[in-house]
Amino acid sequence: MSFEPASAMLLAVLLPLAGAGLIALCHRWPNLRETVTLVTAAALFANVLTLVGPVLEGIRPDLLLIEILPGLGLRLTLEPLGMLFALVASGLWIVNSVYSIGYMRGNNEQHQTGFYVCFAIALAATQLLAMSGNLLTLLIGYEVLTFSTYPLVTHKRNAEARAGGRTYLGVLLFTSIALLLPAIVAVWYLAGTIEFRDGGVLQGMVTPATATALFALFLFGTGKAALMPFHRWLPAAMVAPTPVSALLHAVAVVKAGVFTVTKVAVYIFGLDFLSVSGAAAPMLWVAVFTLLAASLVALSRDNLKARLAYSTVSQLAYIVLGASLATSMGVAGGAFHLVAHALGKITLFFCAGAIYTAMHKTQVSELDGMGRVMPFTFGAFLVASLSIIGLPPMGGTWSKWLLMSGAADAGLTIVLAVLAISSLLNIVYLLEIPMRGFLRPPAQTGGNGGIREAPLLCVAPLCLTAAGCVVLFFYPQPVLMLLDTWRLQ
Amino acid sequence: MTGLALLLEQLPALQVVLPLLAAPVCVLLRRPNLVWALSCLTSLGCLGIALTLARQIYPHGVISYAMGGWAPPFGIEYRLDELSVFMLVVVSLAASLVLIGARQSIQREIPADRIHLLYAAVLLMLTGSLGIISTGDAFNLFVFLEIASLSTYALVAMGRQRRALVAAFQYLVLGTIGGTFILIGVGLLYMMTGTLNMQDMAERLPPVLHTTTALAALAFLVIGAALKLALLPLHIWLPNAYTFAPSMISALLAAISTKVAAYVLIRFVYGIYDLRWSGLNLPLNDVLALLAVAAMLFASYVAVRQQEVKRLLAWSSLAQIGYIVLGLSLATSAGLAASTLHILNHAVIKAGLFVAVAAVLFRQGGSTLQLADLAGLSRGMPWTTAAIIAGGLGLIGVPLTAGFVSKWALLQALIESGTWLYVAALLASSLLAVIYVWRIIEACTASTGDRDIQRREAPLGLQLSIWALVAMNLYLGINSSPGMRLATEASGRLLAPTAGVPL
Repeated sequence: MSFEPASAMLLAVLLPLAGAGLIALCHRWPNLRETVTLVTAAALFANVLTLVGPVLEGIRPDLLLIEILPGLGLRLTLEPLGMLFALVASGLWIVNSVYSIGYMRGNNEQHQTGFYVCFAIALAATQLLAMSGNLLTLLIGYEVLTFSTYPLVTHKRNAEARAGGRTYLGVLLFTSIALLLPAIVAVWYLAGTIEFRDGGVLQGMVTPATATALFALFLFGTGKAALMPFHRWLPAAMVAPTPVSALLHAVAVVKAGVFTVTKVAVYIFGLDFLSVSGAAAPMLWVAVFTLLAASLVALSRDNLKARLAYSTVSQLAYIVLGASLATSMGVAGGAFHLVAHALGKITLFFCAGAIYTAMHKTQVSELDGMGRVMPFTFGAFLVASLSIIGLPPMGGTWSKWLLMSGAADAGLTIVLAVLAISSLLNIVYLLEIPMRGFLRPPAQTGGNGGIREAPLLCVAPLCLTAAGCVVLFFYPQPVLMLLDTWRLQ
Repeated sequence: MTGLALLLEQLPALQVVLPLLAAPVCVLLRRPNLVWALSCLTSLGCLGIALTLARQIYPHGVISYAMGGWAPPFGIEYRLDELSVFMLVVVSLAASLVLIGARQSIQREIPADRIHLLYAAVLLMLTGSLGIISTGDAFNLFVFLEIASLSTYALVAMGRQRRALVAAFQYLVLGTIGGTFILIGVGLLYMMTGTLNMQDMAERLPPVLHTTTALAALAFLVIGAALKLALLPLHIWLPNAYTFAPSMISALLAAISTKVAAYVLIRFVYGIYDLRWSGLNLPLNDVLALLAVAAMLFASYVAVRQQEVKRLLAWSSLAQIGYIVLGLSLATSAGLAASTLHILNHAVIKAGLFVAVAAVLFRQGGSTLQLADLAGLSRGMPWTTAAIIAGGLGLIGVPLTAGFVSKWALLQALIESGTWLYVAALLASSLLAVIYVWRIIEACTASTGDRDIQRREAPLGLQLSIWALVAMNLYLGINSSPGMRLATEASGRLLAPTAGVPL
């Protein structure tokens, strides 16, 4: 498999789309259908891997597909940050597909073909977004992602799912149409280009006040980054089957949001301009507020998935915070957190789904003593929680470290304090769950005390991603190398 | 070879004459399928001519054709510039794509002994519309406008329900008022300039532009065109006409009638009058912009509250007409180009949606389609549902659909003019569009509960028409560069300082 990097980029978008078509064709043969999903996921990951070498060498593959309007192209360009995101999304898709098969069959869910088709389309959109060469391409990936995940959120097709779907679509479309789109058109008008360029395109084109307003439009407009007050869609999306929450609402969709924010900060505003103009300062505090407030809300949620959703809102704010620090260390910390949080949160959701599949429990307060019944699941939950809190020996340590260095670089000691407080809050709301599982006595004595894990196809993926959290601590070099490539460019 | 060259020279006249001759032939033929085939061939022929003309005009500029050999400004001149040829393509393309699928739907909805009359009226409407676009003569424009309007009234009246007659009558009264206003305006202009040739008028008008007569003429022309265009508050005929007309006719009306009226407005306001250098302080652009904004917001809001699908789409059309008028009211090249582009894009999107509704009605029977009737559609007619979703996303202006391209162009034009309130109105209108479109989509995917509605996909012809329009919608969403270049050139010519002589 030796492609030109540019064709490999195009292939990364087309492969999942072709997969979606094949999955639809295999409607009548579930085993064949699932094979198609797995093969597509593996092929996509292999294809994305071929791009790592060139990107590490400093090459930026570039491909102009078509001009939608004069000067406005559908353009793919791959830089190190996008590489990182593309890798995370496509790699975790494989694990998640295995898990989906276990979960969907274990729970006898309906409309499985549509589920896998939408999933594949969502992945294509994620790849397009990760490799977007300008804001228009990014917006296209962003919106396709919104629409392809809507049927997944409303998968159960009951009143609750429909209400959740309305909130989901309402918030995401409202922010993208009312805030993000005008921001993009304004950049096109002010700077004459919407391409992502090193050092940004806005420097010297706008006043600091305009830049501040634009940055706010971009950050709030990227509803997928879930900055308060536009975070409600994320808890609402939890009505979806758990594999959707795991890959899309802990990895692909939300990371698409924070990736957009990072990319806009770095390649549209430029970090220098962002810090000199002071445009990022107000948003920094919005991120800080979201970070703390969402942690507090998470504390009060008894529903496991809702708690994890608010935890995600809080963790996404870390990455936005990293971009808003407007230092390269801060951005690197945010980008590392994109990986670390993806591994950790997907594990947590896998665990939540496994608990639901095996024991049909959804509330935190029902989990007393469950750790003895499901030791692997709760063990993985513990590992992933520690990673998200940022304690060694888990991968999340590094992102906290980099973020704190970034805050110190920017001379914002108070942000250091905020990060410390947030870690404490994380400990309280995340560790409660494995503590209940392992330390409290079981609520009812009906069980025979034996181990009753979810199906193997559910448990194996969550052990794998939990192991990933540990590996990321001892072997963070691949991620750091990509980040170094980015910083040197 | 010379014969072909001779034929090529006659094309500007031929494309109007072709449907005009085909109409009486329809009446003589009477056989429904033959008549349908003839109409399809005629409109495809017009499309072919329009495309040939476009290929001549875009590199070489304006074509002037003297009807009957009488030289302008004394004879009737057919004058085709970039804008008119763009419109010719829009109209003949939309007519062809809708007519291809019309056979079965018309057969089901119209009594067999009247089908040939319906197609004759469609061809006359096509004649009128193409004539309005190609003529360079103001009075001739009025004549074609009446041909188009009269045949449209007849078409609306052929709807299944008796209320179609009331709708047609309402349309007739208001349409006639609009036509008369235009006639008065043209008369006053003739009085002041002594010519009916629009190019000639534009040249002779500046010295007398400040007179009350010339200004009154402008008022009559603008209001007359706005009535035909159904610009708020002159819109009341449109929702009923679209709702009660035969399903495929609604698609034709949505794609053609109001679009041609928009063209007429552009011609009057920028082709004949050019207020920008007149020194007159007329707030015409502001008035048009305000009405457009009102239409965008109010009509979208009303659309959100509709229960009947065709009526909902009609109100959505009123809002989209607001987009078109807002763009042209800016009096900038970018704004006019955005309007022109949206004329094409909205024609394709809305025609696709109405044809999809026709397909649903074909299977369901009846002449109105409540939102609740759509339940279970995604199971029984998955392809039609997909087409409805694609069209709906186009109305919202989601990337990769034609609607996004127009919205982008319009937003850019608005930001360029610094009219931030209009930007906000456009975005608010898009958000309302999200709501009404989502009501349709949710209705289509709703489960039927216990009721099990037996539905199959519509026949091939309708499918073909739907998917041709949807494919156009998506194609224009991905590759609008050629269209945008043409629209920019068209607006550039209209707004060029040489078009009107500066005072």
